[in-house]
Amino acid sequence: MSDFFTLSVLVATAASGIRLATPYLLASLGETVGQRSGVLNLGVDGVMLLSAFFSYWVVLKTGNLWLAVLVGVAVGLVMGLLYGFITVVLNATQGISGIGIYIFGLGLSDLLFRRQVGTPKPVRRLPDVDIPVLSDIPHLGPALFQRNLLTYLAFLLIPTTMFLLGRTTFGLNIRSVGENPSAADSLGVSVRRTRFAAILIANSMAGLAGAALVLQLGIFQPNLTQGMGFIAVALVYFGAWRPIGVMCGALLYGLVNATVLQWKALGIIPVNGSDLAAMAPAVLTILALVVLARRVSAPAALTRPFSRH
Amino acid sequence: MNGITKAFPGVVANDSIDFDVRYGEVHTLLGENGAGKSTLVKILFGLYQSDEGSIRLRNDPMEITAPAEAISARIGMIHQHFMLVPTLTVAENVALGTASTRRPFTDLDLVSERVADISRQHGLAVDPSVEVRRLAVGERQRVEIVKALYRDVELLVLDEPTAVLTPGEVDDLFVILRRMADSGHGLIFISHKLREVMSLSDRITVLRNGRVVQTITPAETSTEELAQMMVGRSVNLAPDKPKREPGGVRLEVQGLTVQGDREEISVRQVDLLVRSGEILGVAGVSGNGQRELAEAIAGLRSVEAGGVVRLDGIDVTDRDVRARRDQGLGYISEERMKDGAIAEFTVGENLLLVEHGSKKFTRRGMLAFGAINKHCEKLVEDFGVKTPSVETPTSSLSGGNIQKVILARELSAKPKVLLACQPTRGVDIGATEYIHNLLIEQRDLGTATLLISEDLDEVLGLADRIAVMYEGRIVGIVPVEEARRNQIGLMMAGVPEQEARNSP
Repeated sequence: MSDFFTLSVLVATAASGIRLATPYLLASLGETVGQRSGVLNLGVDGVMLLSAFFSYWVVLKTGNLWLAVLVGVAVGLVMGLLYGFITVVLNATQGISGIGIYIFGLGLSDLLFRRQVGTPKPVRRLPDVDIPVLSDIPHLGPALFQRNLLTYLAFLLIPTTMFLLGRTTFGLNIRSVGENPSAADSLGVSVRRTRFAAILIANSMAGLAGAALVLQLGIFQPNLTQGMGFIAVALVYFGAWRPIGVMCGALLYGLVNATVLQWKALGIIPVNGSDLAAMAPAVLTILALVVLARRVSAPAALTRPFSRH
Repeated sequence: MNGITKAFPGVVANDSIDFDVRYGEVHTLLGENGAGKSTLVKILFGLYQSDEGSIRLRNDPMEITAPAEAISARIGMIHQHFMLVPTLTVAENVALGTASTRRPFTDLDLVSERVADISRQHGLAVDPSVEVRRLAVGERQRVEIVKALYRDVELLVLDEPTAVLTPGEVDDLFVILRRMADSGHGLIFISHKLREVMSLSDRITVLRNGRVVQTITPAETSTEELAQMMVGRSVNLAPDKPKREPGGVRLEVQGLTVQGDREEISVRQVDLLVRSGEILGVAGVSGNGQRELAEAIAGLRSVEAGGVVRLDGIDVTDRDVRARRDQGLGYISEERMKDGAIAEFTVGENLLLVEHGSKKFTRRGMLAFGAINKHCEKLVEDFGVKTPSVETPTSSLSGGNIQKVILARELSAKPKVLLACQPTRGVDIGATEYIHNLLIEQRDLGTATLLISEDLDEVLGLADRIAVMYEGRIVGIVPVEEARRNQIGLMMAGVPEQEARNSP
């Protein structure tokens, strides 16, 4: 155990925690926007898988990382159009539609992978980019400021999301259709258009999360996410529908995961006994949800389709 | 609006209605629930499209297909259920849906300033920076009016705006509305409260079953005549209530303190006695602890230590709902579709709910349908429930008929104590008259009734004694013979009994 509490190991753990937190953070921030508009998307995991596959495939074929990121976002956008059509235009139940999206993404990414790739081959990963000056701060620098660009982007998107929701007309529309769509409608705010836009944002960010995941790992395999998208949805609840709260949840989750990995590497817990340890983050989240989340309330119209009658 | 017709599956809500409003007047739409008032104004506001007919605004033909178009035509609407987002501030609620001067960012400081201007100009006190959920109902309504004024409306529709206000607040509202009309706004006022309609309107249009009965001025008519037009037959607005000497104490509440939904104290040290053969009315504005009081007596809400509820002399404070019912309690809950009846169940199933486990209706643990149907059909007939059959889903009945189903169920158990909460809310005049007579009949049979109502006229008409509730306390209890409307109104706003009595 004492091996773990050396400075270099702690720094390495923090660094990998932040890296692991990135896909969660991206997906959860997007989902926060979606849920604030009253739309729950349980299909996040499926969108992440599909985007991850296409990003991986693009790198495999072209070696172009940024094209891969772009394609990941585009796949998310397309899935957003599909989910928006189902839930906003057709007014279908969100819970079941989201699960449908998940199964669709899981199955299609699996199928495409087997058809197009077959056996996992490693590809280029996102390079870490040092931020001048800041990365030279002892200990803190390597942990925080020698990360890849998507990690920086994810953290930049926290204030961006806060600003979008809190200070723009569009954000006001999102919050109002999530709390009382009839009121928004009576004031001439289009509930459908606002929700559709929020869904597109949420799904693009889920796509970005999938791209970030696969490009940090440099490899794809069937069901790569192993339910990360569902954790991302849970983190929105954990974070009480606020970007800062979501960030805390994503970081906590990433750090616990990194610690477990580190402990395995150091032999503090047996590698084979991983199942129990792998549960730790989930247990932590559930506990936090039970303790914290009772005090806050979800957007009042969350999961409720809107119609005028 | 000319020849407006709108049909929903099974009903014609508006049948070639002609209606016009002039700028500078208050034109009232009067009618029972389901007469077509709301449908008509929803068509005007673009929430529904009419099947036939046309709308002209200042003589220009208009096509209004969405609220946004109504708003840009400077038509505003204040809905019966406030259209506010509780988690947003007043300024955010006002700004919602309007163009910002700093697109794509909000300009809430500017909005706040204009809100302050409007408040000053029209005597509407509101603080733009407060979250709407922290506001009282009266304040929320002011926010709605500010919202409309902020959008420079010329034509404002008010859908039953007084339902949630104290008599004092109603007077204040009417001053504001009158001032708006005098400054050139056209107001459409929707109500079924005859007294208010007579005092505020310049013209009144009465609707019944989707048709216009007549358009008339208050000077040409009377409340009795209006009621007759609404219902289509003569109505006895004040129920006959012979004086009766009450008997022994049936319901006793002592030192009752109850927490509300948000763990705040909503009932404080309430003492009440209700005797056999007496109706004790509890008057008060919505949200002053009446619902919590009723739920505590019914056993649906736990009470703080020290409080006691006795039914027929027996302490039931720690007993559950079933035990209290067995002790002779009948309960007509405030929200009939929430905890009074199960909407998806049939009429028969709802009639049976309380007694479904009793020996009368079961045989070896199985429901005995023969006995059940006979029982239900008898109740439907005795209580005049208008339903195609006992197999009909309850949700397809009108509010008045659902209330009759609940009354039939509760009264068939011959309660010693009846807890009647808002028994005629959302119920048409015909059914109201019937329910009122039923409650008096129960009183004469010796039931002790606690009547909780926000309709002051109902309390004045039915109760033998009136307890006024304000912020969880009983402000005072006044025998009905000594009660004056305006005194009760003051007490509902928290003025102590003595002071209210001495007021002019």
